[in-house]
Amino acid sequence: MGLLSYFKSRSTSGSASLAKERLQILVAHDRAGRDAPSYLPQLQRDILKVLRKYVAVEPGAVNVNLEHDEHHEVLELNIVLPEGERSTG
Amino acid sequence: MSRIIVVTSGKGGVGKTTTAAALAMGLAERGFRSVVIDFDVGLRNLDLIMGCERRVVYDFINVIQGEARLNQALIKDKRNDNLFILPASQTRDKEALTKEGVGRVLTDLSEDFDYIVCDSPAGIELGATMAMYYADDAFVVTNPEVSSVRDSDRMIGILSSKSQRAEEDREPIREYLLLTRYSPERVERGEMLSVEDVQDILSLDLIGVIPESQAVLNASNSGVPVIMDGESTAGQAYSDVVARYLGEQLPHRFLEIEKRGLLGRLFGG
Repeated sequence: MGLLSYFKSRSTSGSASLAKERLQILVAHDRAGRDAPSYLPQLQRDILKVLRKYVAVEPGAVNVNLEHDEHHEVLELNIVLPEGERSTG
Repeated sequence: MSRIIVVTSGKGGVGKTTTAAALAMGLAERGFRSVVIDFDVGLRNLDLIMGCERRVVYDFINVIQGEARLNQALIKDKRNDNLFILPASQTRDKEALTKEGVGRVLTDLSEDFDYIVCDSPAGIELGATMAMYYADDAFVVTNPEVSSVRDSDRMIGILSSKSQRAEEDREPIREYLLLTRYSPERVERGEMLSVEDVQDILSLDLIGVIPESQAVLNASNSGVPVIMDGESTAGQAYSDVVARYLGEQLPHRFLEIEKRGLLGRLFGG
């Protein structure tokens, strides 16, 4: 056991690197949400309301995201239309 | 003029109360008048860790609501004349912690004390936000473990937006990372996030690393802040934390596995 763990201790295949990787993604995502302007959720609701006048979309169909770049900000809108609704409106 | 320190984490069970007790005792040992306040209304644990649970008569909420004077509720530590404890109420609601009431008590305390240590409850609700609202400095206590690191990051966001300093557009709270329950053995085996990993993710000033130590449980069992156990690695690491907080430059200790002879490593397991 002693001998075995001596050699095992040299390996880097533990779960810590996986933990770090998961955390980096998670924390970046959390921070993006935190730093987003406070009007985003309302904007998302308003867009959904307008959209629903024309298309029967799910409540979660609209996704609004603000991405920061060094020089500019990109407002990203992602709308998922339901199957077979493309010809409506 | 006193300095208000909040010991916070988001996640429970990472060592906030152990840290608050060690910090307050460490500052008192260095001659500063210190008071440590339990903000965990409804649960109350600081008095146990400090070993004064049988001397609680009035509490923080009694003072806020005007049912007791501050000097009736403050418990003087039996080991150190510079140290006082303001216990939490066990019977009241968190809602009794009003921003105005907490502010009034902190203002009164700041006339008498050099350092006011606020032991925050877990979570991000009223007790925790009240504990941090008036803070000048924050110790973000973190275990090298995914949920604790994530919650600490969340806490850092709240510290920078929901404090009086943030609201009044003053210099932000000084935030320090305190890594606790660190096991160099497990880090070397790749099972535990290393100090560098956690720093990479949180990018905070590292004020100290407290190694996993049996002494912490022994200390809480006997109601003695672990910093008083100068023999233990955890006690020494907390002493270093206090020294660094007061501006001393000290290298971080206990980050490496204790060196054993080759035979010990081969056969020691």
